[in-house]
Amino acid sequence: MRSDRLDRAPLPLKISACLGLLFLHLPILLIFLYAFTTEEKSYRFPPPGLTLQWFAVTWNRPDVWAALTLSVKVASLATAIALVLGTLCAAAVSRSAFFGREAVSLLVILPIALPGIITGIALRSAFSMADIPFSFFTIVLGHATFCIVVVYNNAVARFRRLSGSLVEASMDLGADGFQTFRYVILPNIATALLAGGMLAFALSFDEVIVTTFTAGQQSTLPIWMLEELIRPRQRPVTNVVAMVVVLVTLLPILAAYFLTRDGDHIAGAGK
Amino acid sequence: MTAILFENVSRHFGSVRAVDGVDLAVAEGEFFAMLGPSGSGKTTCLRLVAGFEQPTSGHIEIFGETAEGVPPYRRNVNTVFQDYALFPHLSILDNVAYGLMVKGIGKAERRRAAEDALAMVALPGYGARKPGQLSGGQRQRVALARALVNRPRVLLLDEPLGALDLKLREQMQEELKTLQKTLGLTFIFVTHDQSEALSMADRVAVFHEGKVRQVGTPEEIYRRPKTRFVADFVGSSNVLSREQCARLGLNAPAASLRPESILLGAPADGQLGLTGVPIAASFLGPINRLTLDCGGERIVAALPAGTPVPATGEPVTFAFNRQDLHVMEEA
Amino acid sequence: MAAVAQAHPGNATISPAGTGSARLSDVFWRNPKLFLALLLCLPLLWLGVVYLGSLAVFLAQSLFAIDDFSGLVTYEPTLATYRQLFSDANFDIILRTVLMATSVTLASIVIAFPIAYYAARYAQGVWKAVFYLGVMLPLWSSYLVKIYAWKLILAKEGILTWLFTQLHLLWLLDAWLAIPVIGGNSLSVSYTGTFLVFVYVWLPFMILPIQAALERVSGSLVEASADLGAHPRQTFRHVLLPLALPGIVAGSIFTFSLTLGDYIIPQIIGSSRLFIGQAVYAQQGTAGNLPLAAAFTLVPIVIMGVYLWAARRMGAFDAL
Repeated sequence: MRSDRLDRAPLPLKISACLGLLFLHLPILLIFLYAFTTEEKSYRFPPPGLTLQWFAVTWNRPDVWAALTLSVKVASLATAIALVLGTLCAAAVSRSAFFGREAVSLLVILPIALPGIITGIALRSAFSMADIPFSFFTIVLGHATFCIVVVYNNAVARFRRLSGSLVEASMDLGADGFQTFRYVILPNIATALLAGGMLAFALSFDEVIVTTFTAGQQSTLPIWMLEELIRPRQRPVTNVVAMVVVLVTLLPILAAYFLTRDGDHIAGAGK
Repeated sequence: MTAILFENVSRHFGSVRAVDGVDLAVAEGEFFAMLGPSGSGKTTCLRLVAGFEQPTSGHIEIFGETAEGVPPYRRNVNTVFQDYALFPHLSILDNVAYGLMVKGIGKAERRRAAEDALAMVALPGYGARKPGQLSGGQRQRVALARALVNRPRVLLLDEPLGALDLKLREQMQEELKTLQKTLGLTFIFVTHDQSEALSMADRVAVFHEGKVRQVGTPEEIYRRPKTRFVADFVGSSNVLSREQCARLGLNAPAASLRPESILLGAPADGQLGLTGVPIAASFLGPINRLTLDCGGERIVAALPAGTPVPATGEPVTFAFNRQDLHVMEEA
Repeated sequence: MAAVAQAHPGNATISPAGTGSARLSDVFWRNPKLFLALLLCLPLLWLGVVYLGSLAVFLAQSLFAIDDFSGLVTYEPTLATYRQLFSDANFDIILRTVLMATSVTLASIVIAFPIAYYAARYAQGVWKAVFYLGVMLPLWSSYLVKIYAWKLILAKEGILTWLFTQLHLLWLLDAWLAIPVIGGNSLSVSYTGTFLVFVYVWLPFMILPIQAALERVSGSLVEASADLGAHPRQTFRHVLLPLALPGIVAGSIFTFSLTLGDYIIPQIIGSSRLFIGQAVYAQQGTAGNLPLAAAFTLVPIVIMGVYLWAARRMGAFDAL
């Protein structure tokens, strides 16, 4: 909806919209302040003093590094799998109207639409039934299951914008199916796939519920955070890790936004 | 030689008979127009030739070769799409060279061919731009160059002028016609604009509800419409009912009478006459259009500008030549 | 000028079938169903067979019951587990969760609507991007970090207490905490705290669908309504609200279902009384009662199904 009456937004509306945005952002900003506090034992506000020492402490913590590495590995592999499966689904769904097309869309969305705990328990029982030991790969499979949808959503939106006559034009000019994919479809959906991949990475990097059910002894960064939340051991380190996590997830989101900006504002619709 | 042959071709989408038992033969080098309202099956016919659709039944030949089961990329026919379908991610030059590129022709050669093709459509030096930077008319020319550079045996044009404004459309009509004559190429042109079809084509096929109602030269279609639909759609003829015909001493289910054949005044020798009450008049530039009520049936007359227009409400007599009244097959 | 495009007499009308990939492309072109099957086989094998299968197997467990003595599942169809589900203690859990989900959803609608409305109707240029990212960034920020931030905020020694003290309003906070049920020792162990965190974490899920619905309302509709003599309030009531309703329903599906299934937020911020998600977690884990966990899991699914059905019946999606 385009409107040229910017000046006519009623003041109460303006105020409540801005207060709403502040409500969304102030808590996150607070994380940044706490990363510098000198207080060790409580969440006292205002902080009694500011220091950089916790960054050094965190840097030297092997458990943080191990969790971070595992999270990055899991997210990368899960994203790769989600990219393949999500693109395949999107291609199939946008290619033609076939029996069960709605069902495929629903199936892709289901793992994210159902509470994470359901997906987690279901996958856990599936893995135990098949006698698959919980490992790095079970975490990856669990994450890929719910990451498919973000890639799928981005790709479907782009496929929809990709006018059908472009594919026909390519075939009309003598390109077979593979050439059409290589020279027309791929260049046109590449940024959407990249954006979908970024979001899938962010989603996986942050996931905790399904992970608690599909992980064995390994702990990803969110699992590490969760343990700190339930049984705080070293609050200042948690503060620093929380801030780093915010910064790390910020980047792919911003990148995804700028990649899909002209046109489909669909990027987050699937989370 | 016959370029395109349709034998009893049907294409059904579920219960919709988009194309229903069509027989057609397009000769080599002909400018052939498929004319009809939207949903009449003309575009589906074009897509059947291009290979984007497969016939539900019937047989299609392209230069004597069976087309069924041949994918679009192996048919040496090319299409100019209604929305041009230029690849947005490629430059104009790469768009035009696309067909040559996928056929594996070397970079230098396809570049030269694409530049020549762009010069042919009066867009030299536009190769480095992107489709988004061109106007509608320019995009249309690029689409044309992109198709022609492949030296197709038949060029299919799907309402290629539909998106252009009136002036540009008239200019492009002439250019297309000239291009077709110079190249001696077979053009199949889909349009819903009867004046476009009549002015450009060597022959016209009028489509209605998936069927071909009449095929003939523009003159034939215009002067001797076979059915009420053709008479109505091509040049908005007056259609006289059986009763009206009987009054004129004619035993026919229906007859068509072109508005411009009507003259005001009593019939002279060899002319027929009717009386009607003018109910509306409008000025259309070169002509005045007068609507008359003839015993409950409406008859439209096109009077040359300058002739006096009778006042509404006063009965007038009008006349026309016997041979301008064209007897049709069905009501 | 026409030399380039001169029709080649020797140019074949139909080019011969190629080799390798070109031939494979022909096969796919002739058998679109085969191609479709190839596209879908991998995703369907994983999502349709493994995932759906394990989901069904897990949910089917609710038809069995656990043997009280051995603690093992007896594989005989019985409704005993459902009887257990509706026992007083368990029914309390369901009721508590549904109440919480309802209040979180209502609060989210109230907070989300002005943001969505402003972003859709008034924000332009840079502000459009600010509002878009302003919702997207919190949406995608780490779930745990967001909860952690609220742990800092709601702590007894945290910023909220400090703020109330500075404003000399500490008595108000204490009075609120003294209210039974919603109050507690401190905000971080009260239902009020749980409620605040739920609203905060799910709010973006409400803003985005409402905004999307409002974006589709053409400005001329609002002008037409005003032109026909409607007061802005009437325009809102009779034009904007019905058209925004599909967005509100979509958003409430998110907030409702996410609250119903969450077990981490009430575990970290809240009292010790359980929510459905925690009950499922406890039953499948420490309690080892998988049938009861499955039965609990069915509750949100059934509630969401009924909700969707009712929304459809009430015509919430008619404007789509």
